[in-house]
Amino acid sequence: MSNTDTDTGVSRPDEDERTAERLSSAPAESDGPAGIGAFGWLRWTWRQLTSMRVALILLFLLSLAAVPGSLIPQNGQNAFKVQAWKAAHTTVAPVYQKLQLFDVYSSVWFSAIYILLFVSLAGCIVPRTWQFVGVLRAHPPAAPRNLTRMPVYAAWRTDADARTVNAAAHRLLRRRRFRANLADGSVASEKGYLREVGNLLFHLSLFALLAGFAWASLASGQGGKLVIEGQGYSNTMTQLDDFKGTAFYGSEDLDSFGFKLDNFTSRFQTSGDQVGSAREFTAHIRYWKGSDDSKLTKGDIEVNHPLEIGDSKVFLIGHGYAPVVTVKNAKGEVVYSGPTAFLPQDANLTSTGVIKVSDYGFSEKDDKKVKMAFQGFFLPTAPANFDMSTGPRSLFPGDADPLLVLNAYVGPAGDSGLPENVYQLDSRGMTQLTQDGQIAKVKLKPGQGWTLPDNYGTVTFDGYKQWASFNVSHRPGNAIALTGAVCAILGLIGSLFVQRRRVWVRAVALPDGTTLVELAGLARSESAKIAEELAELAVDLQDDAPALDEPDPDEPALDEPERDEPGTDAAEAEAGPAPDATPDPAVPADPHSKE
Amino acid sequence: MHLASAVDPSLADLSNKLIYSAMAVYLFGMFAYMFEWTFGSKGAVAVRSSEQSSLAETVAAAAAGKPAKAAKKVTVTVAAAGGGTTTLTRTALAGEGATVVTSGRGEGEEADGPGAAGGSEKADLAGRIAISLTVLGALLHAGGVIARGLSVTRWPWGNMYEFSCAFALTMVLAFLALLAAKKQARWLGLPVMVAGLLTLGVATTVLYTDSEQLVPALHSYWLAIHVSTAIICGGAFYAAFITTALYLGKDSYDKRIAAGLTTGPLRTSASVWQRLPAASTLDKLSYRINALVFPLWTFTIIAGAIWAEAAWGKYWEWDPKETWSFITWVAYACYLHARATAGWKGRKAAYLALAAFACWLFNYYGVNIFVTGKHSYAGV
Ligand code: HEM
Repeated sequence: MSNTDTDTGVSRPDEDERTAERLSSAPAESDGPAGIGAFGWLRWTWRQLTSMRVALILLFLLSLAAVPGSLIPQNGQNAFKVQAWKAAHTTVAPVYQKLQLFDVYSSVWFSAIYILLFVSLAGCIVPRTWQFVGVLRAHPPAAPRNLTRMPVYAAWRTDADARTVNAAAHRLLRRRRFRANLADGSVASEKGYLREVGNLLFHLSLFALLAGFAWASLASGQGGKLVIEGQGYSNTMTQLDDFKGTAFYGSEDLDSFGFKLDNFTSRFQTSGDQVGSAREFTAHIRYWKGSDDSKLTKGDIEVNHPLEIGDSKVFLIGHGYAPVVTVKNAKGEVVYSGPTAFLPQDANLTSTGVIKVSDYGFSEKDDKKVKMAFQGFFLPTAPANFDMSTGPRSLFPGDADPLLVLNAYVGPAGDSGLPENVYQLDSRGMTQLTQDGQIAKVKLKPGQGWTLPDNYGTVTFDGYKQWASFNVSHRPGNAIALTGAVCAILGLIGSLFVQRRRVWVRAVALPDGTTLVELAGLARSESAKIAEELAELAVDLQDDAPALDEPDPDEPALDEPERDEPGTDAAEAEAGPAPDATPDPAVPADPHSKE
Repeated sequence: MHLASAVDPSLADLSNKLIYSAMAVYLFGMFAYMFEWTFGSKGAVAVRSSEQSSLAETVAAAAAGKPAKAAKKVTVTVAAAGGGTTTLTRTALAGEGATVVTSGRGEGEEADGPGAAGGSEKADLAGRIAISLTVLGALLHAGGVIARGLSVTRWPWGNMYEFSCAFALTMVLAFLALLAAKKQARWLGLPVMVAGLLTLGVATTVLYTDSEQLVPALHSYWLAIHVSTAIICGGAFYAAFITTALYLGKDSYDKRIAAGLTTGPLRTSASVWQRLPAASTLDKLSYRINALVFPLWTFTIIAGAIWAEAAWGKYWEWDPKETWSFITWVAYACYLHARATAGWKGRKAAYLALAAFACWLFNYYGVNIFVTGKHSYAGV
């Protein structure tokens, strides 16, 4: 990679030529191991890894590797779906599991690809940055001897003195904000460094993005909490329904605050073909910071408007209904009274839940201490009639005609010792109450009551409340990632819209007393503008170096298709004092091959 | 704040009628473009070159009218990719600042075709009618999109139907903008009409949903930012795709001609290909469009991530839509990389561009319809 040491001015002439023609500091590709032994191979591997070809392959692999995660359910998003999928595909599921296809984005192979990509990126960008600093320090590379070989070229003869023309060209280029250097009878200039700056900025900001990601995944935590209207919550481990911490954020790091859910507003579309679509969800809360829960501030939490408290944000992520039920035992004592959150099962909020009365008292029948449980459905809008066998289904998510369907279980009191899900009934050891040989079941409208069979007391459906579930999330690193993202866009704009280009001007005295002015330009290949720009420059330069009338105006060594061949062109033979004395160095003639 | 106002049914109805009218007008426009292409086949002569020579004459005349010293004239030789050269001549009349630029054609350079009309006047007339119809259709279309927005007093891209209408509109407007900027782009008319009609057709049949208020998840000003830039990117990627596909066709046509055949790929008529711009022009154009929208696409993804952070608490969750946006982004990055550094020009890069566009299409239709994720719009 000797040809990456740009612009030192000490390299051989043909090296100079190459330097002049290289506009991208992208590393050159190497063909095979240089040298022998482990070190040689290591060097070769490193070069391969940091080569553009491998960068391209890795990028391609990255996009390919992201595909399966979008088609197969992922643990990170929906663990239930993964379970269901596994149950439905028992033969391939173990293979998928081995291949980490349920955790694609944290899998070994996905990580390997992006880590390699970033290593490659570092190996590419760091040297490029140094090189670019070198480029900025040095003068623009000197004019190649044979300017006609450059992609865009213009020339004319003038009466003006060669030195004056060169000086004028130097001024002109400077005025047009080129970095220009006048030396050895020619002007070398370059412009558009912002392209390189942009490119480096873009690639470096990818690291910032990665750092943001990494920091977030190491130091974030989130918990879920379901709160019923009228109830409160304080942000501690014991009160959270669930909590996921990380290496640097555990349950002891939770911000201290709390809030009360005063009420919840929900509104739904009532007509048209989107009937039942949600139109508004707002949780009206009052919150406090620190441990003092007497100083309350009012606030609203909506779907796109989380509440920020300290370093945490509280997001509204779900809602549902909580029927309020009072249970009295046989003696008429209230053994349970209050709302119980039911979980929605479908878009119309058909909800199910369990009301557990662990301390019921004594059964009339055998005087044993028992516990009771009521399993039920809550329908915010119940159909006029439904078949108990297909199960109750709500017609609309709003509470137009609420109905509570219950059946009852009884069993010996006492804890099974196993952790219990509050939303599910573990009916082992419990029996379902029956009436006339049928399972006892009741449909209640608000205000209605039910006298349980076998003298187990009464249940009344007092009404219902709404609940809202919140996600309390602490995620640092967002600012880093956002900064990276903004820099990436700025860098891209520079990198894609700025053209880096070089322009050389050389005026030399001809034997006949006139002066030959040559302009040549080189730009990244996609640019058609360099020709225009060169023409503009040339027109401007003609103020100081007016063109002589040529015998044939179209003929200053321009329309010769074979202008590369020394000696065939009289004008050029006469023009070039030195260049054709030595044969052209073996430089590829196609400037595009350099890029 | 989020106007909970109901729907104005008469405006919503007007919107539907306008969209259907726009489709009808586009359909006629498409026929007119087809006539242009058909009539144009008879007169496929190089009109551009005569245009050029007349321009050159103007310059010469301008130059001749002044004393010789007053005109500054520079001819720049430009090495063409094929190894030949082209020239660019700039003439400035001293003291007046007026410049005239002409470009000539050298040996190795392929010429741009004369456009769909070829030399035929009849075809040119058909082309002009087609453009008038396109403008009329675009006005109706824009009216439809705006009426839809007004009927619910919000941005008219809250579901896939609305998104598709807006997206087809940007495509047509981009084409008209090219024409307004006096670019030689009339050859794009037919593919733009076909793509626009297809998009609107799918929108009105498969994706249609009544005008309604938004689900709470979409109550955010990021809807205006994120989705509108996504629409613009979509329109531009579509345009770049058309250009890339035409480039591949033209390139095969050139190869077939070089091999002594007389028809285009798939036995298409040679005269169609002759009238298109040169392969290298198409190639460059598709690169430019892709490079132009890539930063905007990057912005769209980032805006989406910011919105996700506000809505769900996490800016990136590998939701299928996010994943496919990422895949599309990496695919386009691959393409740009290939062109910028690996020096893949021409066909190889074009295939990458096509693959990237396929990712975009899948992200738009495939993910919304076949894959469930958090990005489900109301009514599809
Ligand atoms: C992490 C994933 C990467 C992404 C998303 C990415 C993206 C891009 C994009 C969009 C461009 C186009 C800018 C332009 O045309 O100037 C670009 C250019 C470039 N990239 Fe990357 N790149 C990545 C990784 C790499 C790696 C690993 C290397 C080095 C091995 C690299 C080296 C370059 C170079 C040298 C250029 C062009 C420079 C020029 O135009 O002079 N990139 N990259």
